Amino acid sequence: MNHKLEIRDVTKTFKTEEGELMALDRFNVGVKPSEFLCIIGPSGCGKSTLLRLIAGLDEPSSGAIILDGKELKGPSPDRGMVFQEYSLFPWRTVLKNVTFGLELQKMEKQERYRIAKEYIELVGLKGFENMYPYELSGGMKQRVAIARAIAPEPSILLMDEPFGSVDAQTRNVLQEELLEIWQRTKKTILFVTHSVDEAVYLADRVAVMTARPGNLIKCASIDIPRPRKRTSVEANEFREKLLMWLSLERSKVQD
Amino acid sequence: MLKNRVLQFLNRRGVVEVISLCVAILIWEMVAVFVIKDKGILPSPHVVFLTYFELLDLMPMDICTSLLHFAIGLGAGAVVGITVGMLMGWFKAANRALDSIIEVLRPIPPLAWIPFAIIWIGLTHSAAGFIVFIGAVFPILINTYTGFREVDKTYIDAAKVLGCEKESKLIRLVAIPFSLPYIATGIRVGMGVGWMCLVAAEYFGVSRYGLGYRLLCIFFPLQMMDKVVAYMILLGLIALVLDRVFRYFVEERLLKWKKGMVTQ
Repeated sequence: MNHKLEIRDVTKTFKTEEGELMALDRFNVGVKPSEFLCIIGPSGCGKSTLLRLIAGLDEPSSGAIILDGKELKGPSPDRGMVFQEYSLFPWRTVLKNVTFGLELQKMEKQERYRIAKEYIELVGLKGFENMYPYELSGGMKQRVAIARAIAPEPSILLMDEPFGSVDAQTRNVLQEELLEIWQRTKKTILFVTHSVDEAVYLADRVAVMTARPGNLIKCASIDIPRPRKRTSVEANEFREKLLMWLSLERSKVQD
Repeated sequence: MLKNRVLQFLNRRGVVEVISLCVAILIWEMVAVFVIKDKGILPSPHVVFLTYFELLDLMPMDICTSLLHFAIGLGAGAVVGITVGMLMGWFKAANRALDSIIEVLRPIPPLAWIPFAIIWIGLTHSAAGFIVFIGAVFPILINTYTGFREVDKTYIDAAKVLGCEKESKLIRLVAIPFSLPYIATGIRVGMGVGWMCLVAAEYFGVSRYGLGYRLLCIFFPLQMMDKVVAYMILLGLIALVLDRVFRYFVEERLLKWKKGMVTQ
């Protein structure tokens, strides 16, 4: 199959004081073009590590990560990333945060302002261009972070529990908005979460991970038609399945 | 009714502050005039006030000279302190190489450098500037260093993912703007320490003018205590103005993004 992104036999070990810690063990997964893939797993299962490897912030100990047919080395603007914590530069306005990546591409000032404004509008923050991050709510900050990540037109968007620190209502709204942006931009999205609800609502496919060393136990398509209803029978059935896989994993850890 | 009116009046901005200041001056006046009765020991405020009129000719030149010494020292302190602080904060090797040297030099009181200031630089404005520099450089250095060390790793990661890979760019686009509040604090503290060193730095006669020189080398030997007090107050007021001007420019203009993040 033609994969947009392919993780091939990726192992990652960290050196700690008590010896080596294996975060990922021969991990394999492929992401199709324009697919929305959720990676779900217990805390500490190495899902953030995986995302950092794809982003190029860390290097795999062995194995290869292939994007658009080319093996990745180091970070580059062809992968956008939205972080779990608020990562907006507090000394820059909303507009200047979004233009950050464009500035580095040596784009002309007018051009980058025009593009940045488009993306700010896309995430629904028109009129907030000249605000500083401290003036925004948590949900608004993450919207700006999304705009900043996709403004340089990356070919894949990596999201590391981006809605983990906002309240439940805002979270639902942000999820809906993200789906809208995804449908409009046709971006490939790799979304890490520990929320079963979030995965079932968002993903085309969900990858379930084990903990320590991180590995894939299950990869399943979610064939619920969109737009989805959070409370539909199919969604509940899938949730049940996911929870079962995750709890099987938990009991294995306890044994 | 009357009580409410009084309370309302007191609640107005600046009222309590002005009243307390007036009371303090009044007590000083009473003590000087009725208790001490000797203006060689405690000159009274109204005498000091009148003294300023006698000093009108001297003050401008003294202030300018002192500000020159201060500017030399603070300028050099900022350049050296910020540069070295940035290097130490960003490069572990620089920190390891320089930290012990700085920890040895830092506790030496700036005034102990006066002999070498004279031997190395001679009796010039720069020698006084050098003492101010010694006083100002360490707070600026340490604060800049702290700022660079505290740069949130998430900001660095976010910048890298957006294509900011070169270290020089990460420093310029992330570390420096992040550290600006720290650097500003360092400069403010450095200004305070430097100003304190200034008076003593002028004591050893680098020039025929200067607030410290006039106070210590002319007024005090001649027992003109009213003029000594006048210059003491002048020294305090100028430092206050410098601090306020600095705060205005830095906090209102440069650090707008910090508003609301720092508790008032």
